[in-house]
Amino acid sequence: MKISTRRLDKTTVLDISGDIDMAHSTELRRVVLVEFRESRTPRVVLNMIEVRYIDSSGVASLVEGLKASRDVGSRLILVGLTPFVQEILRLTRLLTIFEIYDTEEKALAS
Amino acid sequence: MSLAGGLLRLELLSDPEMLSVVRSAVMRLSEELGFTDAECRGVTRAVDEALANIIRHAYGGRPGQPIELTCRRMRERTGMRRAGLEIVLVDRGTPADRKKLCGRPLDEIRPGGLGIHLIQEGVDVMQYATNVHRNRLRLVKYLPAAETEAKMAKGENGENFNPPTG
Repeated sequence: MKISTRRLDKTTVLDISGDIDMAHSTELRRVVLVEFRESRTPRVVLNMIEVRYIDSSGVASLVEGLKASRDVGSRLILVGLTPFVQEILRLTRLLTIFEIYDTEEKALAS
Repeated sequence: MSLAGGLLRLELLSDPEMLSVVRSAVMRLSEELGFTDAECRGVTRAVDEALANIIRHAYGGRPGQPIELTCRRMRERTGMRRAGLEIVLVDRGTPADRKKLCGRPLDEIRPGGLGIHLIQEGVDVMQYATNVHRNRLRLVKYLPAAETEAKMAKGENGENFNPPTG
């Protein structure tokens, strides 16, 4: 998994690629929590269009990030979910709790 | 790794970096056996979550511990079972708490505890057994009935197959 960071005004976009599994979910969790708890970024967009796989530990990192965003009054947005990612969020009944957009443009315009 | 006659056997060490290798192998094997795309993803996810649980819980995150993974094609037998894929994972770590093998309610929105649910969702059978020296998790995914019938028509079920009665 690789994470690249772009900062746009009051938004941070994290471009994630590869697999978010047990070997890498801790890094995703760390990066997302830093954005909310330390940087106090108002809006964090996770661009997941190049995420091939996500496991339960990756989903847990997303949930923890969502909770952290709510704690500080910020927003966590998921963008470009592949069918595989959508499927696991649906199976865990978490698809509706996240703010999700098809494209980064739509997320930034929201 | 060896693959012959639909069998796959892997001797792994408890390294999270190996999970992607196993996922690739199980996905490919599932495809070869004729499962649908969704079923292949489900089986692969189940094996991945089971392995992660072994690494995280049975071995407490300690690297270099042994895990055996064996995949076997199940052939249909009248009145006994359907054709499918059997996957057995064996480790020598701390036995799982049986209370946690049921998973947690999904209406609780919190991190963690989703792995068992994903295992159960991806396969038709999940059996866990343990003794003093080793823990054994058996997962089975049955092929769709249509697939089994197609194999019947082609006579691919071998001499053990008898047409169902009644």
